[in-house]
Amino acid sequence: MSSSGAAGAGSTDSTAARRNTKRPKYSKFTQQELPACKPILTPRAVISAFLLVSVVFVPVGVASLLASRKVVEIVYRYDSKCIPKNVTNKVAYIQSSADKACSITLNVTKHMKSPVYIYYQLDNFYQNHRRYVKSRSDEQLRKHGEENETSTCKPEDMVNGRAIVPCGLIAWSLFNDTYSFSVNKRNLTVNKKGISWKSDRNHKFGKDVFPKNFQNSSIIGGAHLNESIPLREQEDLIVWMRTAALPTFRKLYGKIEEDLKEGELVNVTLNNNYNTYSFNGKKKLVLSTTTWLGGKNDFLGIAYLTVGGLCFFLALAFTIVYFVKPRQLGDPSYLSWNRNPGGH
Amino acid sequence: MKRYVYINDDESAHDLYCDNRISNRKYTVLNFIPKNLWEQFSRFMNQYFLLIACLQLWSLITPVNPASTWGPLIFIFAVSATKEAWDDYHRYLSDKKANEKEVWVVRNGIKKLIQAQDIHVGNIVWLRENDEVPCDLVLIGSSDPQGLCYIETAAMDGETDLKTRVIPSACMGIDVELLHKIKGVIECPTPNKDIRRFDANMRLFPPFIDNDICPLTIKNTVLQSCYLRNTEWACGVAVYTGNETKLGMSRGIPEPKLTAMDAMIDKLTGAIFVFQIVVVMVLGIAGNVWKDTEAKKQWYVLYPDKGPWYELLIIPLRFELLCSIMIPISIKVSLDLVKGLYAKFIDWDHRMVDLETSTPSNATNTAISEDLGQVEYILTDKTGTLTENKMIFRRCCISGIFYGNENGDALKDVELLHAVSSGSPDVVQFLTIMAICNTVIPTQSKTGDILYKAQSQDEDALVQAAAHLHMVFFNKSGNILEVKFNSSILQYEVLETLEFTSDRKRMSLVLRDCQNGKILLLSKGADEAILPYARTGQQTRNFIEAVEQYAHLGLRTLCLAWRELREDEYREWSLMFKEANSTLVDREWRVAEVCQRIEHNLEVLGVTAIEDRLQDGVPETIETLRKAGINFWMLTGDKQNTAIQIALSCNFISPEPKGQLLSIDGKTEDEVRRSLERVLLTMRITTSEPKDVAFVIDGWALDFALNHYRKAFTELAILSRTAICCRVTPSQKAQLVQILKSCDYRTLAIGDGGNDVRMIQQADIGVGISGREGLQAARAADYSIGKFRFLKRLILVHGRYSYNRTAFLSQYSFYKSLLICFIQIFFSFISGVSGTSLFNSVSLMAYNVFYTSVPVLVSVLDKDLSEETVIQHPQILFYCQAGRLLNPSTFAGWFGRSLFHAVVVFLISIHAYAYDKSEMEEVSMVALSGCIWLQAFVVAMETNSFTILQHLAIWGNLAGFYAINWIFSALPASGMYTIMFRLCRQPSYWISIFLMTAAGMSPILAIKYFRYTYRPSKINTLQQAERLGGPIVSLGTIEPQPRPLIEKDVSTLSITQPKNRNPVYEPLLSDSPNATRRSSGTPFDFFQSQSRSSLPNYSRNCKDN
Repeated sequence: MSSSGAAGAGSTDSTAARRNTKRPKYSKFTQQELPACKPILTPRAVISAFLLVSVVFVPVGVASLLASRKVVEIVYRYDSKCIPKNVTNKVAYIQSSADKACSITLNVTKHMKSPVYIYYQLDNFYQNHRRYVKSRSDEQLRKHGEENETSTCKPEDMVNGRAIVPCGLIAWSLFNDTYSFSVNKRNLTVNKKGISWKSDRNHKFGKDVFPKNFQNSSIIGGAHLNESIPLREQEDLIVWMRTAALPTFRKLYGKIEEDLKEGELVNVTLNNNYNTYSFNGKKKLVLSTTTWLGGKNDFLGIAYLTVGGLCFFLALAFTIVYFVKPRQLGDPSYLSWNRNPGGH
Repeated sequence: MKRYVYINDDESAHDLYCDNRISNRKYTVLNFIPKNLWEQFSRFMNQYFLLIACLQLWSLITPVNPASTWGPLIFIFAVSATKEAWDDYHRYLSDKKANEKEVWVVRNGIKKLIQAQDIHVGNIVWLRENDEVPCDLVLIGSSDPQGLCYIETAAMDGETDLKTRVIPSACMGIDVELLHKIKGVIECPTPNKDIRRFDANMRLFPPFIDNDICPLTIKNTVLQSCYLRNTEWACGVAVYTGNETKLGMSRGIPEPKLTAMDAMIDKLTGAIFVFQIVVVMVLGIAGNVWKDTEAKKQWYVLYPDKGPWYELLIIPLRFELLCSIMIPISIKVSLDLVKGLYAKFIDWDHRMVDLETSTPSNATNTAISEDLGQVEYILTDKTGTLTENKMIFRRCCISGIFYGNENGDALKDVELLHAVSSGSPDVVQFLTIMAICNTVIPTQSKTGDILYKAQSQDEDALVQAAAHLHMVFFNKSGNILEVKFNSSILQYEVLETLEFTSDRKRMSLVLRDCQNGKILLLSKGADEAILPYARTGQQTRNFIEAVEQYAHLGLRTLCLAWRELREDEYREWSLMFKEANSTLVDREWRVAEVCQRIEHNLEVLGVTAIEDRLQDGVPETIETLRKAGINFWMLTGDKQNTAIQIALSCNFISPEPKGQLLSIDGKTEDEVRRSLERVLLTMRITTSEPKDVAFVIDGWALDFALNHYRKAFTELAILSRTAICCRVTPSQKAQLVQILKSCDYRTLAIGDGGNDVRMIQQADIGVGISGREGLQAARAADYSIGKFRFLKRLILVHGRYSYNRTAFLSQYSFYKSLLICFIQIFFSFISGVSGTSLFNSVSLMAYNVFYTSVPVLVSVLDKDLSEETVIQHPQILFYCQAGRLLNPSTFAGWFGRSLFHAVVVFLISIHAYAYDKSEMEEVSMVALSGCIWLQAFVVAMETNSFTILQHLAIWGNLAGFYAINWIFSALPASGMYTIMFRLCRQPSYWISIFLMTAAGMSPILAIKYFRYTYRPSKINTLQQAERLGGPIVSLGTIEPQPRPLIEKDVSTLSITQPKNRNPVYEPLLSDSPNATRRSSGTPFDFFQSQSRSSLPNYSRNCKDN
């Protein structure tokens, strides 16, 4: 009975033909049938994953810990030692123009292989403070002609209407304690070349940019700079301007390129100029060797051992639970609608 | 309000009404930018981001380069503006095409070819065959001598049959040449969008006709966008032009629908916003305190002694900016993208293509796919939705004699054939009514076959059946109908047509029998619209019984009746009828009243029974979806018994004793109330029993229930999983949707006809079946599908996947934003609470827009369970319905995860990179790398099925991260020059990254594994079963094989199948649960064996588990 098929013949045929062309093209993507791998968390896979992690992590942790332990490190806090006993107002003392030379002795407890790195460590110093970290002008540092690019440097941008080079709080507060080392009255040479990043020297600090109007304002922050040396060669500044992310940080001061033998006493003559007293910051002098993992830092080793141990424990626990209380995966009786046919 | 159109008056109307320039454009070149921006900024999220971006311009407070917010913001705006502009440009092009189309218009008495946009109200427009109508016209002339013309209205209402239009009586017989000079006035309503009504008058000026007012109806108009067919030419007066046409007025942008998920995401966004404000306030206060106590001592920061007045605000605002990334800017774009893809997957799905008509499924609304997975109620139409709407004449009862009861096909009933050939007068009259009491237009094809163009499928079935019984209606020319009966040709002249309306439920013809000049009234209609008007003395019991019996078999019945009119009776009535037809106010009601005056005293001849077969796969679909916890309501305009029969045969309700059907009826308010209360009481008692209880209500009682006992009815609606509402009107359908929506249920309305449009628009999701009743429903709907059975796939596969994928994607978006934000917050505690950003601008921007967006986008390919498993275990949909995958508690899990990961990343980076390594850029990149690695593993762990694309996106993204950062590290001008190269050479970098990954992921893996194995969700269990080939998979398949297209033998589902039916009426409706049933079971064995015996109803109580 072709009743209604015939009824609308003329028009429906044409629409049917039109729709035919609209028929979607077939592909695995459009039909959502791309071949897929569907992993599930079987006990075997999960337990072996945990075991694998622990097997990898424990040795790496041990290696990291050994590397960290191999580092010989001498840390000496000198901020309180280098204030004469009779001074009560430490801030006034440090801001005065008196001779602040100070002498300390470091005991080498273990043989230190060359090169020995000299760091100064500051505590409670917020190089990452928002006002501070933004107060610099990379353009000015890089190019000779851009010395008036000081808009980002406030409040240390201009003095008497002339641009400061290098401008900004970071440069202004440059660390200015100095150290000289001697062993058995023999001076140790401190190599201050190459302590900054090579990329910074080559691309961030211009070879024809010279300090100008630096530390000329009413308040003097930190170190002065030699106006006849281009910024590229002012490596202390370059190091200082790599701001630290943490309030406790070490910055490289120089390298001693000879071994320090166990039991030797290193005399350090230092000029204690930098003001950390107003904010109760600590100043430390650090001598350290280095390994493939960097300086002395037990954190990675301990963390690796912890995570590795934890994974091993989890693997063990899951194995025990697996044997004590086996559970069939995909048991249809767990489906509530299979379990009680009464409904609800 | 009236509009007066002066025909052919070149001057007057020009200024009064607009010209025929169509404009569908939203924008113009000038206002595009302001208007589009205004629209985009009316969204809260966009306002928020704009505020943040503006604040960032203030360099004192911005932690990062403003570009990190402006970039993505401008990108997002540009994307949506481009999309808008593109759409608008296409609208402009199609407008231009329509506007510049050339049409013949009479200007100054001469026919001229002008552009369509220059047509003015009152112009006479000439159309040739197959022309598109440029504006709304009142016909005044046609090539047809009777003044008829045929139009196709597919563009307007989607109906593909031809409709006849006729020129008004006043213009009848005017010479073609004179039509150019015709003058007159048309009084018509102001422009409106009702395409079914046009109540107007026309008065022609002399010399054409004396001052006689001629009524106009929609029959006298041709509307814009229709096509003239089968008519050589036609001409008409433009009454509505441009955007004031009926089509133009009914255009409009529908209200965007918001999914439950969107609402939840908005809610969570709000919660995060509040959290952010709290964080900002705490940090802001802490920052100000730190500044006043500590920072004054930090001489190198050089804080001025006295800052500006807004000093106290600076630090909180900085933190506001720092925390603004907590609300991911990318989430909107990502969601739009994946939603678009969900919709495309529906369009592309080969398993949802109706092979019969090659109609693919289509998602018109691309934004609500997730809602499909959360449907709780389906409200379905019956005719054309559950059934095929392919009407076949099966049985009839003429003067008390039943035909077709033996073999189920009256056309093959020997007795009927015999009665026809012997010329029994009742039978012949019956056949005559079947053949001509309709609005069918017969046309002859080239091969000589007669084709019928019918507006209703029932009429088509009747005419076809009459033709089979040798009563062939073969020609209609003007008012003359020609019928061939046993080689003799009978002619009838139609005098009046009393049209069918849903209120009258009958249609009649007044015609003159040209053989003997008698005037006859032929009527056909629903039993309650015919039988009460039977001639006094006629026994209608027979017919009532027949109607009941047929309805019980699920057949659609029509009663046929006639009577002879006296000449004077007709004259008198005809005047009233004409007058009623020319009224402007309440015309429909007046006409109905006049019709009533003549339709009485009828000689009832008999009852026809038409079968409407169930569509393929309807019972399986309903059963599957019901198991998925979806409740079904059937809303139909059909009779109660027919509806119940269909409901039984498609598993809609279960027969006793498994199911129970309660009836709410009553003719008065009080009866309805009592009935409602009784049903409610039964319902409350039986909710604890494992029994399918359903109620049935008819439109009459529903009216009382909705208007007076709304509360009780709402309670009933909540209690009842199944309901049948019969004899309901379109607006009642919409009201029922409204009631369920007001109870916070997600509703899906599915229908196929114009009467379902309101319900479809009202429901959360509207699904239209592109069926035989035209495309009206499909156009109004959010989704259109070819067959009811595709609903199963639409909900269980597309809806469920969409829900799962969006649940993951949205929560993951918050996770990654919170992760980086927490790190920033932690960092602020070691940077003097001053609001320093650990990450640089480039990293922050790329993190949100690139590094974390790409891998998550491929989660649109993720499938937690295979399609087959879902279809076999539809109960799993419960997780979506109950919103188990996206709710505050799952969100809390993601929140905790981001907090944990932030702690891991932060602690490891600051401890591994301490002392001499604590360089800002390096620490920042270590932390960022840690985030990227962790998020890659998080995505990998949450992915259930890896296709090649997922691997590419997840691991490729990780590689991309390094590639991008190496590029930045190679640029001397960038802040991170050489950083990444330095880091990648350091063993400590890689050791730290692996530590972060292992420390971050192992607890998550452990928890997930523990839950997966020892506290598995149903989804987990099915995953395990599916992938380990467990016993579940081997359970019988429920999905039926796609049936072959061949006309299947009278299928077991067919309602008229007599072999396992008991023709004796059974009291299906039993008010007392103890009602005894005869031969219970046997008629329904088939359906019971269909359902798996162990499958219970998965009731909504599960929600409380």
